[in-house]
Amino acid sequence: MFARIASAIVCGLLFGAGLVVSDMINPARVRAFLDIAGEWDPSLAFVMGGALIPSTLAYIIRNRWQTPLFDDQFHVPPKTGPDARLVAGAVLFGVGWGMVGLCPGPAIAALTTGRWQAGLFVGAMLTGMIVYRFAFARTALASR
Amino acid sequence: MNEINFLWPLSGGFLIGLSAGLYLLTTGRIAGISGLVAAAAGLTGTGISKLGLGFLAGILGGAFTASAFLRQPDIEVTSSLPLLLIGGLLVGFGTRLGSGCTSGHGVCGLARLSPRSIVATLTFMTVAALTVVAMRLFAGAL
Repeated sequence: MFARIASAIVCGLLFGAGLVVSDMINPARVRAFLDIAGEWDPSLAFVMGGALIPSTLAYIIRNRWQTPLFDDQFHVPPKTGPDARLVAGAVLFGVGWGMVGLCPGPAIAALTTGRWQAGLFVGAMLTGMIVYRFAFARTALASR
Repeated sequence: MNEINFLWPLSGGFLIGLSAGLYLLTTGRIAGISGLVAAAAGLTGTGISKLGLGFLAGILGGAFTASAFLRQPDIEVTSSLPLLLIGGLLVGFGTRLGSGCTSGHGVCGLARLSPRSIVATLTFMTVAALTVVAMRLFAGAL
């Protein structure tokens, strides 16, 4: 368990540094990237490109390994088809992301800037997760 | 907003992908931040996740360190208070309903060619772009 937590901290450090270095932490940059019909700023396309190189390599390695280094099994969800919940969730997330320019990772990282806007956004995000947990997750589980 | 050399987003993206890849190969888990936030807050039905807390603490430490030594971020948040509240609620609720965000579906899901993640990523990218364009066209500078 200690190795797993240490690994989570190290991976978090890399992730947080990556958000700052790439400028994903900047909502104005994210919204300029999303503004495909205006003065489109394509720079953040390189974030996805740069990220997919090592992550794809890792998933290729994973297919050759029986277990991960610090656990006795992989916890990767099975590849199933999309459903209405997935698409509805992605639509709601897309509206919120477009409105402000922050998705969960950059929102957490932006807390380090000390801006009240980041704190307010993360508070609202947690509230949205709590609403899901107590109002919708139970009914969804019951109907499964 | 100033232009940025493409090597910044490329190398930053590489760090993010490296993080996701290492997390998979060491802990066997998907580095999806919305899931980690919910797990760290004890909202996944399995108590408070130490892995989630560790990862989030790492993000804070990594962002702080990189801002101090690598690249001072030039952050502009133009959203008004109601927009921040509504946007945050939608991001929190939507990522839980849709089982992931930009990292879980985007970085990890696309890397393993998960059909669900491909659909989710195309959906939230398209909707987010439409939202930005619609806000500019119909509401001016919100």
